[in-house]
Amino acid sequence: MTPAIDAPAPPRRVRPLRILLHAFLGLVALGWFVPLALALYASLRPYQETARLGYFSLPETLTLDYYGEAWTQAELPKYYLNTLIIVVPGVLLTLLLASFTAFAIARTRIPGRRTLLIVFTAGNLLPPQVLITPLYTVYTMIPLPWWLSDSLSLYDSYLGLTLVHVAFQFGFCVFVLTNFMRTIPESITEAALVDGAGVWRRYWQLTLPLCRPALAALGTLQFTWMYNDFLWALVLMSSGDKLPVTSALNNLRGQFFTDYNLLAAGSVLVALPTLIVFQLLHKHFIAGLTLGSTK
Amino acid sequence: MTRLRARRHSSRDVVVLSIGLGVAIGVNVAFIWGPTLASIVLSGTDWNGISEIRWVGVENYHDLATSYPPFWTAVRNNVLWLAFLGLVATPFGLFCAVLLDRRIRFSRLYQGALYLPVVLSLAVVGFIAQLVYSQDYGVLNAVTGRETDWLGDPSVNIWVVMVAAAWRHVGYVMIIYLAGLKAVDPALKEAAAIDGASETQAFFRVVFPTLRPINVIVLVITVIEALRAFDIVYAINKGRNGLELLSVLVTENIVGEASRIGFGSAIAVVLLVISMGFIIVYLTQLFREER
Repeated sequence: MTPAIDAPAPPRRVRPLRILLHAFLGLVALGWFVPLALALYASLRPYQETARLGYFSLPETLTLDYYGEAWTQAELPKYYLNTLIIVVPGVLLTLLLASFTAFAIARTRIPGRRTLLIVFTAGNLLPPQVLITPLYTVYTMIPLPWWLSDSLSLYDSYLGLTLVHVAFQFGFCVFVLTNFMRTIPESITEAALVDGAGVWRRYWQLTLPLCRPALAALGTLQFTWMYNDFLWALVLMSSGDKLPVTSALNNLRGQFFTDYNLLAAGSVLVALPTLIVFQLLHKHFIAGLTLGSTK
Repeated sequence: MTRLRARRHSSRDVVVLSIGLGVAIGVNVAFIWGPTLASIVLSGTDWNGISEIRWVGVENYHDLATSYPPFWTAVRNNVLWLAFLGLVATPFGLFCAVLLDRRIRFSRLYQGALYLPVVLSLAVVGFIAQLVYSQDYGVLNAVTGRETDWLGDPSVNIWVVMVAAAWRHVGYVMIIYLAGLKAVDPALKEAAAIDGASETQAFFRVVFPTLRPINVIVLVITVIEALRAFDIVYAINKGRNGLELLSVLVTENIVGEASRIGFGSAIAVVLLVISMGFIIVYLTQLFREER
């Protein structure tokens, strides 16, 4: 009962616990990794072989044929390009619009700014299906000139998808950036105020450069989210050759027969950019996810 | 200070602010709140996109509840989905975060594996799930020696699909809790340890209560994810045969051949009402400290 007897005990007790901890976490990590590894493995094996032996078997042949097929026959490069056409302007516009709004909310005394922030944040949380029906209807009715969309309407146009992403992701970015800007000491822009700097200069030249970490985090996150979109393109696009790559993956599915190994290769190719972005910008990605949750 | 500030908005500033905020509000109304309102109005009509719009009152809701069997299957599945994410995946994510919060070796590696699926599209998760669950060639049957049609049998498919969704959700929850735990003052834990609390006691009585804001956020994320769930079932079988979800039914009623816009809107409104409840809870929590 005395401390003298108790003291040496902990190190001895801790060891087996540590081993248990590592065993548990290792097992979980492995379990989490297996499905991805499996997709990669299946994509390297011919369909005939896995149809005979199942996906859980030793390989007889390993080939990159499916990647070639997905790349050339399924024309994946075209769909990657579609994604870029939609997502790059989407991310930039969202960040521009959201950062200015956040600046106005955090750094000026406009009336109703609190209400604005609440309405914008709430809008981001709605399930997309709540607004998809009217949006679909309106999209088919808004005409666009031929040089903007060959469908001559907002429906089935790149612009339409970009806009819906901007509108939908805007609320989250405003929320995060407002909180971020509030942490920047006001004294930094105070001096400029005395010099008579206008709103735009204080926003563009003074505040925005200080928001780089938040913008990098949001940019990474928004790229991933817009890239991963499946629903909007499904509902607001009709031409198969204009689909972004995530939605185009569905095209690898045959009418009557689906070659799952080809689909696996497609899935790996579609997942690759986000996995690479995640590996390279992993800090920004996590920061983006947690910026929204912790202030 | 405030008086100075009030004077500082020159007319040029007012123009810049009006344009910037005008665009922001305009986009928000045109794409988010306008359509939401329109959904509510359309849910009271029998519009099919072409015909004249005719007011039918609550008929759509009545039909939904009484003569549209997929509706109740979808409601059941959404509730199951929510319960599974909320009672299994979320606590598991928290548990992993707590384990990973200590200084252990390979922590980065474990974390990496857990949040790898978070960056994947749910559609891709749906395709990968088919490799695991396929009846003839799938890994699950190969390992367990069974011949279950995991994705085709309506009595089991929703469960295995929820496991696939949880695969992604756990990592998401873990990241958020891990950030929250890192922010907890270590002195709190030390104090509890000195007072003789076991680690479990210290967690539940001291650490967990300080995580309250994070808990609310995770709760809302879980609810929203459960209501938004769509891609994964759509990628598997277009959300049929036991995998019906409210989100799928809305989409079916507009992109399908039927184009029952009024009816689809009624389902959307059901989704709206459920999500609004949680959104209000979330915003109250979020904006409480300010003021």
